[in-house]
Amino acid sequence: MNGRSRRMAALIGKEFVQILRDPSSLLIAFVLPVILLFLYGFGVSLDAREIRLGVAVRDAGEEAADLVAAFRASPYFRIEVARDIRPLEAELMAGRLRGLVVIPGDFSRRAGRAGDFAPLQVIADGSETNTANYVQNYAQGVVRDWWNRRLQESGRSFGGPELAPRIWFNPELESRNSLLPGALAIIMAIIGTLLTALVVAREWERGTMEALMATPVAITELLVGKLFPYFVLGMLAMLISVAISVTLFALPFRGSVAALLLSSGAFLLAALGQGLLISSAAKNQFLAAMAALVTGFLPAFLLSGFIFEIASMPPAVRALTHVIPARYLVTNLQTIFLVGDVWSLLLPNVGILLLLAALLFLLTAGKTVKRLR
Amino acid sequence: MDASALVIENLSYRYDKGAPLALDGLSALIRPGIVTGLVGPDGAGKTTLLRLLTGLLRPTAGSLRVFGLDTRDQAEKLQRLIGYMPQKFGLYEDLSVGQNLRLYADLHDVTGAERQRALARLLAFTGLEPFQDRLAGRLSGGMKQKLGLACALIRKPRLLLLDEPSVGVDPVSRRELWRMVGELVDAETAVIWSTAYLDEAERCREVLLLDGGRLLFSGPPGTLTERVAGRCFQVRGISGDRRRVLARALQQAEVQDGIVQGRDVRIVLRSGQAPPAPEPFAAGAEARLVPVPPRFEDAYVDILGGGPGGVSALAEAMRPLPGEREATVEAAGLSKRFGDFTAVSGIGFSIRRGEIFGLLGPNGAGKSTTFKMLCGLLRPSAGGSRVGGFDLRAAPGKARSHLGYMAQKFSLYGDLSTRQNLEFFAGVYGLAGARRKESVTRMIEIFGLTPHLKASARELPLGFKQRLALACAVMHEPPVLFLDEPTSGVDPLTRREFWTHINGLVERGVTVLVTTHFMDEAEYCDRLGLIYRGRMIACGAPDDLKAQVASAALPDPTLEETFIALLRQWDEGEGAKA
Repeated sequence: MNGRSRRMAALIGKEFVQILRDPSSLLIAFVLPVILLFLYGFGVSLDAREIRLGVAVRDAGEEAADLVAAFRASPYFRIEVARDIRPLEAELMAGRLRGLVVIPGDFSRRAGRAGDFAPLQVIADGSETNTANYVQNYAQGVVRDWWNRRLQESGRSFGGPELAPRIWFNPELESRNSLLPGALAIIMAIIGTLLTALVVAREWERGTMEALMATPVAITELLVGKLFPYFVLGMLAMLISVAISVTLFALPFRGSVAALLLSSGAFLLAALGQGLLISSAAKNQFLAAMAALVTGFLPAFLLSGFIFEIASMPPAVRALTHVIPARYLVTNLQTIFLVGDVWSLLLPNVGILLLLAALLFLLTAGKTVKRLR
Repeated sequence: MDASALVIENLSYRYDKGAPLALDGLSALIRPGIVTGLVGPDGAGKTTLLRLLTGLLRPTAGSLRVFGLDTRDQAEKLQRLIGYMPQKFGLYEDLSVGQNLRLYADLHDVTGAERQRALARLLAFTGLEPFQDRLAGRLSGGMKQKLGLACALIRKPRLLLLDEPSVGVDPVSRRELWRMVGELVDAETAVIWSTAYLDEAERCREVLLLDGGRLLFSGPPGTLTERVAGRCFQVRGISGDRRRVLARALQQAEVQDGIVQGRDVRIVLRSGQAPPAPEPFAAGAEARLVPVPPRFEDAYVDILGGGPGGVSALAEAMRPLPGEREATVEAAGLSKRFGDFTAVSGIGFSIRRGEIFGLLGPNGAGKSTTFKMLCGLLRPSAGGSRVGGFDLRAAPGKARSHLGYMAQKFSLYGDLSTRQNLEFFAGVYGLAGARRKESVTRMIEIFGLTPHLKASARELPLGFKQRLALACAVMHEPPVLFLDEPTSGVDPLTRREFWTHINGLVERGVTVLVTTHFMDEAEYCDRLGLIYRGRMIACGAPDDLKAQVASAALPDPTLEETFIALLRQWDEGEGAKA
C-alpha cells in the first residue's frame, strides 16, 4: 500500500469507528428512515376515503330515500342523515363534516316527472381545497350513477358513450405506492447532505480538522475519507428502507436491483457533493444543519415531485426543479418500483445526476484548500 | 547550512480585509536544539504565528522559511517535518487512545516495524500504556494533553509546535509535559512552545514576546529579565493583611507592579526610582524591603507597561456590606455519585464573610462538581450546603440570589453584543429602570468595554470575554462570589487586574470562592482546600499547608511544591491502606 491509499484507508476506518460509536449518526442513518417510512406508509395518505358528509333530507319520497341509500353505499362517504339542515350546518362549522348534500322537499315529485329538473344542493368546506374538490366530484358521481341506474331500470335509457377508465401501474390509486419511493429519496438526501455537512463541521468545531490539516494528508484524501463512509452508509440505509417498503408495505418492485443501485448511487454522489460543499463554507454544526435543511432536505421534499406535482408548478419554480437532484431520483424510483426498467427514462436521469455530482465536486475541490481560511 | 531552523522576515498577517493586522512586520530567527517560548497577552498573535508556521495560513506580506522551505508554496513538504498540537489538542474524543495514535501514524506514513516501535515508545513515554483502549474523551485534561503530544510526535518531527499546551492543566501534569518535551529536544529539533505561564517561558532557552501582533522582544529570557534588575523587592516581616499591604504599595508612585508571594509582598519599582520607605505600606513595625533577583514575569509586566494599580474601581463603586465575620458559605458532607462513580465524597468547609477560599486540585479531581453543587446546579447525592444562610435544597432561589457565578466555560451569549449581554444579565438579576442603566454604564467604565460594546461576545479577545463574564456576575452586587477558573488562559496583566478587583471586593465584605491552576493566585487566598480524587485531602492557610510538608530537604517549599508533596503523601497513605 502506498502512502496515499494508506492515509485514505486510515481516514475511512476512523470515520466508520466514529459512526459506530456515535448514536446520533446511527439514529439518522437507520432509525430516522424507519420512522419516515412508517409515517408515509401508515400515516400520510392523499386518498379520500370515508369523507364525512351530511345529508339533509326534506323529502319523504321514495326517490329521495333511494338516493340516500346510494350515498350510503359509496365507499367515499360516511354519511349523517337529518331532516333539518341546521344541526348539520353546525357540524360543518365545527369541522366534523366535510360537506353537505341538501335534498329539497319536492325532489321525489320532480325527479319522477318526465322533463323536469330536480335540483340538489352540494356544500363543500373550502378551507381544505383538496377535500372540497373530492366532495364535489364524488357527490356528482354518486348522483350520476344513481340517475343512470334509474333510467335503465325504468327502461328509459337512451344508450350513448360510456367511459371505461383503467389506471396503469397503480390500479388502486394507492397514494402510498407513489409516496414511499419519494420517501426513499428524502432519506438519502438527509444522510448524504445533512449528515455529511454535520460531521465535517464537527471536526472544525472540535479542532481536529486543524490538526488533520497540519499532517501530510492531501485535501483529496480528506474528501475521499468523508465521501466513502457516508456513501456506504447511505446505500445501506437505502437498501434497508427498500426491504421494509417491499415486505411491510407491499410496495411493488417491478424494476431490477441494478437500476435501483445505479439511480440511488448517482443521487447519493450528488447529495454528498452538496454536503461537502456546504461544509467547506459552514464551519459550525448549527449553520451546517440549517444550510443542509434549506438547500437539501426542503427542496427534496417540496420540489422533487414527491408530494407536489412538478407539472402543476409555476414555470419559474418548474425551471428551478431541474437543478434539484432529488427530482431525478424520485422519477427514477417511482419508475423502478411501479413500472419497471424503462432505461430510456432512467439513463438520462442518471446521467444528469452524475453531471450534477461532478459539478458539485468540482466546486468543492475549488473551494476547499488545505488552509484555515 | 543555515544554523537557524526558522527564518521569519517582515511577516505580516491579516485575517480579513479591513481588519487590523494580526501580525505586523515580524522578523526573527528560531534555532533548533532548544525550546523557544512564545509569550504575549491574549490577541498578541501567538496562534496566528503557529498557524502560519504550519502552512495553514498564507502570509499577507513577508516570508517564512522553515528548514529552507517556504511555507507559501512548499507547505506539503513542510507538513512532513512538523508536529503540531493545536489548542484543543486535536484529538478525536470518540476514538480510543490507541486508535488516535494509529490514525496519526497512518497520516504521517509511519509504517511497519517503525510504527510498532513508535507506538510502544510513545505509550511508554506518556504513561498511557494502561489506557490504550480508553476513549480520548474520557481522559483527564493532563492525559489528553499527553496524548495530544504523542500524536504530534508520532513521526519524530523536526519542528514541534505546541499551542498553549498547559491551559487548564494542573501543575503536576504541566511539569511532566515539560520534562517530556525536554527529553525530546536534540540538536536537530526545534520546539516552539506558546504559553500564558511565565514560569514556563522563563525555563525556555529563548523567547519571542508578542504584543498586538508586534515582536517586543526576542532572545534569552534572562536578557529581558535584566531590564528590571535592581528594581525588584520583597516586603518581608509583614504583620496584618498581605493583600491590604499590596493594595497600599501599588498606590505608591514608585511602585509599578506587585503581587502577594507567600508571607511576603513582591514589588517592582518604576525605572530610575529609589526604593520607598516601607512606612506608607502600613505593614507593621517589622516590615522591611529586601532586594530580590528579578523574574521573567517582572520584566514581562514591565515591557508591557506595568501592572493595573492597586485600586479596584469595581470595589470603590460598591457599598460596603454590613455584618460580622459570620459564615456565609457552608458545605457539609457534600457527595456526588454518577452511577457507580463517586465524583465527590464528603467534602465540608465553611467560608466566613470577607474571606477568599480557594479550591485547588488536579483536573478531574472533583472541583467543578463541588462548585456546581454549591451553586445549586447539581443535586448532591448526600450532604448539603448553605449560602447566605439559605439551604440550597430548601430555598435554592433565595440562596442563588446571594450569588454571583462565573462559570469555567464561556457562558455568555456569543451572538449578543457586549452591551446586550450586560443588559440581559442585569434584567435576569432583577435590575430595572434607572438602576439597570446605571449599573450597565458602571460595568462598561470599570472594565474598559467601551471599544467593544457592539462586538458580539463570541468575537471578543479572551481577556475581554473574561472581563465581560466577571462584569455580568457582579453587576447585581452579590455578597457571595463563585469564580470557577476565572483566569484560565488569560495573560498576567489581565490576571492582575482580576485579582485587584477580587481583593477590593473582599475588602467590602464579599465572600469569594475560587478555583485556579495558578499557584501564584492561590497565594492570594486566605485558606485553600486541596481536592484530590473527590476528597478534600488538605485544608488551611497557604502557610500552614507549606509548614505541613516542610522538611530538612525542603525547608521553604513553594506552594506548587507543597501541592505536589501533599498529593504524593496522600497517594502513599492510600496505597499503604490498600
